[in-house]
Amino acid sequence: MKPREANAGMAEGIGKSRTGIDGFDELTLGGLPTGRPTLVCGGAGCGKTLFASTFLIHGARDLGEPGVFVTFEERPADIVSNVASLGFGLDDLVARNMIHIEHVAVDSAELAEIGDYDLEALFIRLELAVQQVGAKRIVLDTIESLFSAFSNAAILRAEIRRLFDWLKERELTAVITGERGEGTFTRQGLEEYVSDCVLLLDHRVENQISTRRLRIVKYRGTAHGTNEYPFLIDADGFSVLPVSALGLTHKVFEERISTGVPDLDAMLAGGGFHRGSSILVSGVAGSGKSSLAASFVNAACRSGETALYFSFEESAEQMVRNMRSVGIDLQPYLDQGKLHYVAARPTFYGLEMHLAIMLREIARSKPKLVVLDPISAFDSSGQEAEIQAMLLRMVDFLKSRGVTGVFTHLTHAKSDETRTDVGLSSLMDAWILMLNREISGEFNRELYLLKARGVQHSNQVREFIMSSRGIELRKPYIGAGGALTGSARRAQEALSRREQILRASEVARLEQQVRHRRRKLEAQIEVLRADLAADEIELKRLMDNETAYVKQAAADEGAALEGRSGLAERKASS
Amino acid sequence: MTAEKQEADVRKLVLYVAGETPKSLAAISNLERICREHLDGKYAVEVIDLKKQPHLAREHSIVAIPTLVRQLPVPIRKIIGDLSDTHKVLISLNVTAGQ
Repeated sequence: MKPREANAGMAEGIGKSRTGIDGFDELTLGGLPTGRPTLVCGGAGCGKTLFASTFLIHGARDLGEPGVFVTFEERPADIVSNVASLGFGLDDLVARNMIHIEHVAVDSAELAEIGDYDLEALFIRLELAVQQVGAKRIVLDTIESLFSAFSNAAILRAEIRRLFDWLKERELTAVITGERGEGTFTRQGLEEYVSDCVLLLDHRVENQISTRRLRIVKYRGTAHGTNEYPFLIDADGFSVLPVSALGLTHKVFEERISTGVPDLDAMLAGGGFHRGSSILVSGVAGSGKSSLAASFVNAACRSGETALYFSFEESAEQMVRNMRSVGIDLQPYLDQGKLHYVAARPTFYGLEMHLAIMLREIARSKPKLVVLDPISAFDSSGQEAEIQAMLLRMVDFLKSRGVTGVFTHLTHAKSDETRTDVGLSSLMDAWILMLNREISGEFNRELYLLKARGVQHSNQVREFIMSSRGIELRKPYIGAGGALTGSARRAQEALSRREQILRASEVARLEQQVRHRRRKLEAQIEVLRADLAADEIELKRLMDNETAYVKQAAADEGAALEGRSGLAERKASS
Repeated sequence: MTAEKQEADVRKLVLYVAGETPKSLAAISNLERICREHLDGKYAVEVIDLKKQPHLAREHSIVAIPTLVRQLPVPIRKIIGDLSDTHKVLISLNVTAGQ
């Protein structure tokens, strides 16, 4: 009574008891209503008993809430061994008196009904079992078996109503299983006794692929979706996968992530795609979609992030081997646990189940990058609208977690690439189109960025080259006749290379010529300059001679005057 | 249950009731009457009150009340109800009036 007291008053809302079923507790905001009965109905083999046992075992093992398992059909030993494969250790809990299995065997063959009776002995046994372990939880599986054992339905109905009252009185959190009936939830109309919580389990087979679904028909006092949620029964037990459209309120990232191909990053202004984008890589067979996807993975793992690769065509070993040929080694990342690789044939499960498994894997390994290779593998397994719905939920789920998604899609060579994927396009933030075109006798891979929301990007068709050095994107040769690729590009490039060489040698020759002429002229200038210098020397010599002559002449004249002195003086005084 | 020796003419009836409810009391008196009037005391009758011995309900696999079990001779037969129809009870116990 201790933990429940707070929840007892309805005014404060309903107390919840966790079931330990992955996803279910989140879906119902806490589990099943505490102290109230819950009806779990469904057809044969849809997982009712497993749901009930998980609820009971989780309570006893993890929450310290002992429980009673009342089985009307299977023997206790069968129940223990059924859940043993899931690692539940029910026998241990039974030994520790945390769980009691009460086998109510009713065999109509050896039973005669004469007069009035009731099921008081059943109540006595339940009371005893509940007291024995101090049960807070109880499972009745499947109470409808009583209807095949006892013929007086009026008595049974009264007793079952009394049983539900008895459960509520003792505030036991109860799970009652019921077989699905025609037009009703249960064959015996058990739903009329349970007003709190009714769950419907379903197991449908479409196109030879089975899908399990869970629906919350009724849950008093709790807002719940009326959607069907796929659930899974596998080695990890029972898990429900809430896959609902979350609306368009995703976190937006400005951060860029590398594609692993530097040339492709360079085609996007800012380098790479936004984190959390959904990127579609579509192309014909052999156009390099998987290699590009692997390159994304390689880039993510190299920067220390975790990636998750869902392949619907190749096994991990095959993928690793193939990617080595383009210079990408994924094995170390697999070994380090940075890369999780999940391979499953599309026909292995239904679409819902694929989605459910993928979402669970994503929730588990918390990757930063998820690859689905290829999504076109589902084309044969379901209707187009359903595939679209699945991808929408996938994209929403990834976005809500800020996970980048890379989806490859195989298009048929004949059809128009951009038309077939029209439905997909609106889901995707970016679309890389891979072409494999035949031009003059050879196929060349080409890559084109058809769209990239929120990123300026190159409009060029690039040649996509895969070699042991990795992936390269060659700029095309842009000539008069359009962009050229492959050997046409190489021929054109060779031609221009030759032209360039010719031009270069011509320039060199002319340059040489000019240099030569200059040297010749310079030599001539030297000669002229030397002549000039000689002339100047001659001139100077002449000038010196002249000066010396004049001086001498003057001196000579003076001496002559001295010789005829009187004359000279007279002349000087006059 | 099988601890007792299976002698040639041992016949044993066990009536399970729960407290002194009208149904239980009716079953007890009906059974006593049938034994007295039709079975000439060939059957040993035991009445078990499950309110007093609840573990026997589990051990003996009893669900409905009242339940009459004929443990011997084998095979075990079970009759549920207040045994208000004497004829049906005798048929179910595989004894005819002349036996």
